[in-house]
Amino acid sequence: MIKETLNTRRLLCPLPVIRTQDKVKQLQPGDVLEVAGTDPGIMQDIPAWCRINGHKVLETRSGDHEYFIVLEVGT
Amino acid sequence: MNQQRKAVALISGGLDSMLAAKTVMEQGVHVEGINFFTGFCVEGHTHAIRDKDKAKPKRNNALWVAEQLGIKLHIVDVIEEYKNVLINPKHGYGAHLNPCLDCKIFMVNRAKRWLVENNFDFIITGEVIGQRPMSQRKNTMPIVAKQSGADDLLLRPLCAKNLPETLPEREGWVDREKLHDITGRSRKPQMAMAEQFGIDDYSQPAGGCCFLVDKFYTAKLVDLWQAQGTKDYELDDVMLLKVGRHIRPAPNFKLIVAREEGEGRFLQGYKKDYISLVSVSHNGPLVLLDGEPSAEDLFLAARITARFGQGREAEQVDVAILDKDGLERVVPVTPLPKAEIPKNWYI
Ligand code: SF4
Repeated sequence: MIKETLNTRRLLCPLPVIRTQDKVKQLQPGDVLEVAGTDPGIMQDIPAWCRINGHKVLETRSGDHEYFIVLEVGT
Repeated sequence: MNQQRKAVALISGGLDSMLAAKTVMEQGVHVEGINFFTGFCVEGHTHAIRDKDKAKPKRNNALWVAEQLGIKLHIVDVIEEYKNVLINPKHGYGAHLNPCLDCKIFMVNRAKRWLVENNFDFIITGEVIGQRPMSQRKNTMPIVAKQSGADDLLLRPLCAKNLPETLPEREGWVDREKLHDITGRSRKPQMAMAEQFGIDDYSQPAGGCCFLVDKFYTAKLVDLWQAQGTKDYELDDVMLLKVGRHIRPAPNFKLIVAREEGEGRFLQGYKKDYISLVSVSHNGPLVLLDGEPSAEDLFLAARITARFGQGREAEQVDVAILDKDGLERVVPVTPLPKAEIPKNWYI
């Protein structure tokens, strides 16, 4: 179940990571966030950011020059 | 039991800041990284835009370094605050538009603010005396410490032994003996240290950490300021300077011509903010027009647009001109011959 979404379309890395970081700060552990973007770099950068900050990537997918990452906020 | 001390490390993504953080972590200090996004950082923007670069593996080096070190990384958006650093640098510019000394002072000052807000004890940078001509000289080291307000909370583990003792050393939070005394431009000591730590994959940016040391990029920024009549910019300006060919046929307008499909897709996103032109009778690139053109200028822009499409040798090319309100008209033009585009139009 997606609880929150974040649109980072047109933004280039690292801005999608920064927006994700700022959004996650407002969420609680266990909350789920779907990030959408057009910079393919988010497919590496957001999972890397999740790994170092203790969040879990639940799903990544892409299509038609758009990229999506679903993550679960860690503790 | 001794309280574990906490340090915030400025992580640029290069080897020096990585080694500095590692040196202090080895002494049992809890380290977290901080990285500032000024808008000019060389982090894959053009990779993200240009199709031809997509094959190259792309990573954000600061995130990658943090992951290698096993530390958290806080990326801070300083785009707005950074404008003042770039536009009015107290200590001037380096070889191009790089205000390195002011930039360092700014970043250490921001790190100090972060330290206070997050209850950390001291700041680490990967600076090395004599490494960079402008910002990393023996006499600039105290300037950065003082003018940033960090004073002796600022520890440079790679060259600490050549500098006065700082608070973390005096208090015994770190052992000065285990810090280093690297000086000069040679990279050998850092490479040896990397080997010792088992670090064999790291990025070594040749010039510096940002587009402000790139002569082609900064020429476009200077042109933008001249055309505006003021030294100011928005993030979109900064991004667009990284994309396409920039051609200025007259002081009142310039064209941004997509060089390939990826750039065209990126420029599509700006069609609401700029007049755009595209050839409709032949394949051709999307062109954005920045400025206030007269009817004559628009006609010239359409001829240049035709020049960069597949109809460049045709007698007539139909070019669609879309204004910011979405109104479109199609004009038939003769492509401008190559010889009629002077070299100095290319920024
Ligand atoms: S190269 Fe750019 S980011 Fe690095 S210190 Fe100089 S101005 Fe700052």
